[in-house]
Amino acid sequence: MASLDDLKKRIASVKSTQKITKAMKMVAAAKLRRAQESAEKGRPYSEKMNNVILNLSNGISDKENAPKLLSGTGQEKTHLCVVMTSDRGLCGGFNSNIIKKAKSYFVKILDEGKELKIITVGSKGSDQLKRIYGDKIIENISFKESKNANYFDADKVGKMVIEKFEAGEFDVCTIFYNQFKNVITQIPQAQQIIPLNNEGEENSSEESYEFEPDEDEILSNLLPKNISTQIFKAMLENSASEQGSRMSAMDNATRNAGEMVDKLTIEYNRSRQAAITKELIEIISGAESL
Amino acid sequence: MSEEFKVEIVNPEKSFLVKDDVSEVVVPAFEGEMGILKDHISIISFLKPGIIKILSKSGDENYYVEDGIVEFKNNNLSILTSTIFNLADMDKSKQQDLLKQAEEEANKTDINDQSKYLADQKVEVLKTLN
Repeated sequence: MASLDDLKKRIASVKSTQKITKAMKMVAAAKLRRAQESAEKGRPYSEKMNNVILNLSNGISDKENAPKLLSGTGQEKTHLCVVMTSDRGLCGGFNSNIIKKAKSYFVKILDEGKELKIITVGSKGSDQLKRIYGDKIIENISFKESKNANYFDADKVGKMVIEKFEAGEFDVCTIFYNQFKNVITQIPQAQQIIPLNNEGEENSSEESYEFEPDEDEILSNLLPKNISTQIFKAMLENSASEQGSRMSAMDNATRNAGEMVDKLTIEYNRSRQAAITKELIEIISGAESL
Repeated sequence: MSEEFKVEIVNPEKSFLVKDDVSEVVVPAFEGEMGILKDHISIISFLKPGIIKILSKSGDENYYVEDGIVEFKNNNLSILTSTIFNLADMDKSKQQDLLKQAEEEANKTDINDQSKYLADQKVEVLKTLN
């Protein structure tokens, strides 16, 4: 059995761990509120953008010559996956959930004999994927310096993706991120952004629009913006999810630490009592033998 | 009958402005300035750098935008833009910063004609502000 001194030290160390996790939980809660707010505020933009594109693509006259970003290159040989993770750890299953989702997709792609390219956003993702898919990672972006998700970062990623698309480096692009549902539930998502997947979405309005300049020109201007917008949306959702996930993970850790302190305290008291009893017995039996 | 309609400006971070007593909006559309009044036909267009003028009962407002998309439908005008500044909040130094940036962009040689055109527009608009 551990000595009294050892137990005391352990209790102290668990207590200080608990303090840290508690503080992290508090910080995450405050950040979560902000992240959630900006995720909600960012929604109208991406929704409107989607609507406009939907209206446009319905109004487009010449489907054959539609911009490639909308209709695809006509083949599905090379897949580009943008895996978005966090830059920091200690956030529960947040990163591993995305990675798991992404990996199962990778396996499917590779089984079909297609080519795979990966861009990781956030350092945790590249750390986890490096071991198995190291040769597939073509780019690794990290926004450690920016405090909050902002549009310019998203735009950078978006422009890079478009550049690579125009250079013919891939045919299909999918982004992986965690969608924020609530504090305890985040759903890993795989969303195809190139070619744009509008299937299953009905055009809500029958109204016809006037376009100025014509549809094709607007579309070819709008689609690259839409890529950035989608990536930005994913970043916002991701940052809200990260904080939510960290908060619940830290909450658990704090509780577990509390339980551990209780258990150790009981053990400490027991062995202290045992030591006292032992000493008493020794004194009494010593006195008796005299 | 009222001659007012609703305008909503959103940027990626948030809903920038919502106003429902607007009588006229002038936007710098790609093919020239375009004034929008109530009951305009449904239209989608995109913006070049310029000034959005919003005329309403509660006062006129001017905004500087660098890009964006406008959609008008059922007397709802939505403007999506990534860069927008209220001219009332914009002071000289901010203007100079933007102008400097735009000039740098316009002087790059490795950009295509369209971005060159847009950058030139930016410079022009910002210069007229001064």
